[in-house]
Amino acid sequence: MMNNTRRGVLAAVAAGALAFTAAACGGDEAPAAAPSAGGSAAPAEKIELTLNTFGGGENFAYDDAVAQWNAANPNVQVKYVNLTDRFEDTYLPQVLQWLEAGSGAGDIIGMDEGAMGLMAARPQYFADLGQYGLDSRKADFPAYKWDTGVNTEGKLFALGTDIGGMAMCYRTDLFEKAGLPTNRDEVSKLWPTWNDYLEVGKKFKAKVPDAGFVDGANTVYESVLAQEAGKNGGQIYFDKGQQLIVDKNPGVKAAFDYVQQLSTAGLTAKLRSWSEEWNTAMQKGGFATMGCPSWMLGVISGTSGEGNAKKWDVAAVPGGSGNWGGSWLMVPSQSKHPKEAAEVLNFLTGKEGQVAAFKEGGNFPSSIPAQQDPAVAEAKNAYFNDAPSGPIFAASVAQLSPVFFGEKHAQVKAAVGEVLVGADQGSVKWDEAWTRFVEEGVKAAG
Amino acid sequence: MSLSVDAGSRTRTVPPGPRRHARPPGGRRFWSWLDLRATPYFFVSPYFILFAIFGIFPLIFTAWVSLHDWQLAGDKTFIGLENYTELLADDKFWNSVLNTVGIFVIATVPQLLLALLLANALNKKLRGRLVLRLSVLAPLITSVVAVAVVFTQLYGRDYGIVNWVLGWFGVDPIHWQNQKWSSWIAIATMVDWRWTGYNAIIYLAAMQTIPKDLYEAAAIDGASPRRQFWGITVPLLKPTIIFTVIVSTIGGFTLFAEPVMFGAGLMTGGTTGQFQTVAMFIVKEGFRDFQYGYAAAAAWILFLLIMITALINFAIVRGIGRSR
Repeated sequence: MMNNTRRGVLAAVAAGALAFTAAACGGDEAPAAAPSAGGSAAPAEKIELTLNTFGGGENFAYDDAVAQWNAANPNVQVKYVNLTDRFEDTYLPQVLQWLEAGSGAGDIIGMDEGAMGLMAARPQYFADLGQYGLDSRKADFPAYKWDTGVNTEGKLFALGTDIGGMAMCYRTDLFEKAGLPTNRDEVSKLWPTWNDYLEVGKKFKAKVPDAGFVDGANTVYESVLAQEAGKNGGQIYFDKGQQLIVDKNPGVKAAFDYVQQLSTAGLTAKLRSWSEEWNTAMQKGGFATMGCPSWMLGVISGTSGEGNAKKWDVAAVPGGSGNWGGSWLMVPSQSKHPKEAAEVLNFLTGKEGQVAAFKEGGNFPSSIPAQQDPAVAEAKNAYFNDAPSGPIFAASVAQLSPVFFGEKHAQVKAAVGEVLVGADQGSVKWDEAWTRFVEEGVKAAG
Repeated sequence: MSLSVDAGSRTRTVPPGPRRHARPPGGRRFWSWLDLRATPYFFVSPYFILFAIFGIFPLIFTAWVSLHDWQLAGDKTFIGLENYTELLADDKFWNSVLNTVGIFVIATVPQLLLALLLANALNKKLRGRLVLRLSVLAPLITSVVAVAVVFTQLYGRDYGIVNWVLGWFGVDPIHWQNQKWSSWIAIATMVDWRWTGYNAIIYLAAMQTIPKDLYEAAAIDGASPRRQFWGITVPLLKPTIIFTVIVSTIGGFTLFAEPVMFGAGLMTGGTTGQFQTVAMFIVKEGFRDFQYGYAAAAAWILFLLIMITALINFAIVRGIGRSR
C-alpha cells in the first residue's frame, strides 16, 4: 500500500532515470494516421472528455498518446489532468468523494492496484466496459491484469495500463566480493526457486558478513505471496465472498514462513522500504539483492546515483514470476459520454497508447502486443549494465496467475506488512509474529 | 465597547425638540441607525463568518458523522454512540493516547524550562544580543518536514550520526524507531529544537515588561540573581507561562508531522505503533481505512482530551510561585 504511494511520488525519478533505448527509437515519430480506436461513428457535435490520473513526474505519461488521439478525433477531445502525485492520501479519497457525490470525477480515471479491490466491490460507480465491446481485449492482457479489472458482479470495469512485473536486482560488486557469478544469466541460474535463493544468500553472508543479502521483508514476501496465491486458487487475504482468509490461506503462511527463514538466517539488512536508511543502504552497498518491479529500476538509479552506475544489474526473479504495482483505467458511470470515454480508454490501454507511455515515461506496458513492440522488447537499461529489461519483465508477468483483491485488501496488506517489518527488525518476536500477523489482519478487515 | 461609545455620541449630537421638523425622512433614519448599530458587527463579521464555516460547521458535522458507521463511498448507518464505545475499548487508540501524552511530557517540560533559562540569559546585557535573539528563532522558520527529515537521518540506525557518537562510548547501534522510549526521545528532540526558541522569545518579551526597580530593590536587599529569577521573574511571567503551556498542550496533542516523517511517511507510527500519535490514528482510520465515523469519534475524543489537559495544566501552572 505504502509502496504504491511512493511509486507515484518516485515515478518522477523513474521517468528521468530509466535510460531505456527509447531515445534511439525516437519519441517524436507520432503516427499521422488515425489510431484504431474501435471504429466508432464520431458524435455529431464536439465533446470534451476529462482524463484524471495521479503520480509524480511523468505519471501516466499520456501527453503523446492524448495528443495522438486528439489529432485523430477532432470531435472527441481529451483533456489530460494529472490531479496529484499522491495516490493514497489525496487522489483516492478525492475520487471516492466524487463517486459518492455523483459528479466531479473525470470521464476516464486512473486507479492504482492498491485500490482495485475496493473499486471492484463498488460496481454501481463504474460503466460496464463489456457493453462497449471492450471484453474483446482479453487476449491482449496477462490473466492477472485482466481479472483484476473484472468487478464483483463479473463485469469488466477496468483495463490495465502499466504493470510492475518482478525481477531481481543485484549488486555486481558485492556478488564479486562473495565469489558469486556476476553475469546476469548465470545469476538467474543460481536461483530457479526461492530455496535456491536462500542457499545463495547463506553463501553470500558467509563471505560478506557486513552487508545484507536482501534489503528487508516486504518485497520478498509480496513476490512469494503472488506466486503462492496463484497455486491456491488466486486468493490472498479474502476469498471471493469477501470473507477474510488470512489465517486459512496456506499461500499466506508459506510466504510468511519463507520471510521468517530469510530473516532468522540473518540474510536481511532489516530495512524498511522507502525509509532514509533504505536509501542510504542502496547508495552504500548495504544489501546485495532486492526484488525489482520495472519502476524500481528508476528508483534504484535515482537513489544510488551516478557513482553506482554499472554496479547494479538485473536477473530473473526466483520462481519466474511476480508483480508489484501497476494501474488501471476505468469509466465512472457518472460520465455523460461513457461510450466515447470507453473508446478513449480502449486506445490508451491498447498497443499504441501503452507504447507511447513507455517511450514517454518508461511505464512498462501490461498489454502483450505492446510488450512485443520492438520499442519495448528491445529496450535496454544503461544504468544496469545494459540489462535487457523489456524481455525480463515481460517474462515475469506472462506466467503470473490472476489473484483476487478483496474490498479491504489494501488495509490488510498494510497491516500485516507492518508485522513482518517489525519481526524482521526485532520489535516483534518471531514466535509471536504469526499470531500478531493474523490479529492485525482481522483488525484491519474491520 | 466601541458600539456604546458611538451610541453615546449620537444621543448627544441629535438635537432636541425645536428642530424635530428638520429630522431626516424615516428611511434615512433607519439607515443611519443601521450604520451606527450594525457597522461594528459588520466589520468584525468576516472572522465569525469564516469561523462558522471552517470552525463550527466541521465541528458539528464531525459530531454527526461520528454517530454513524460512515464509510467513504460506502454504507452509512446510524449507530448512535457505538463508535465511542468501540473506541474507548480499542487498545490501539489508547496506545496512541499514551504515545501522545508521553511525547508531550518529555518534549514540553524540558522545552519550557530551557526556554525560560534561555530567555533569562538573553535578557542580560550581552555582546551581539540582537543576533543571538534572532538566532534562537531560526529553527521556527525552517520547514517542519525538513527538520523531521534531517533529524530522522541523524537518528538513523545504520548510518546515523547519533549512533556513531554513541558508538565511541561502546553503545551498540540503537534502532530508534523500534522502541517506545527511543522513538519518543527522538521525536521530542525534533519538537524541542523547533519550539524552544519560539517560547524563549515570548518569555523574553514578557520579561522586558517587568519593571527594573523590582530587581534593583531586590538587589539592594541582597537577593542573588538566582533568587531574583525565581522570586520576581517567574511569578511575574505567570500569565505568559500559562499561555505557552496551553499553546504547547494544543501543539503537543495534535503532534503529527514529526512522527509521520520519522516513521517513513506512514500513519502507523512504527511497526507496533510505538510512536503513533492520536492525530496519526485519526488520519489512518479516516483516510487510509476510510472509516470516517470512527475517525470522527476519535477526533472528538481528542478535542475533549485537549480541553481536559489544558485545564489541568492551567491549574498546575497557576500554582507556580504561590508556595514561595
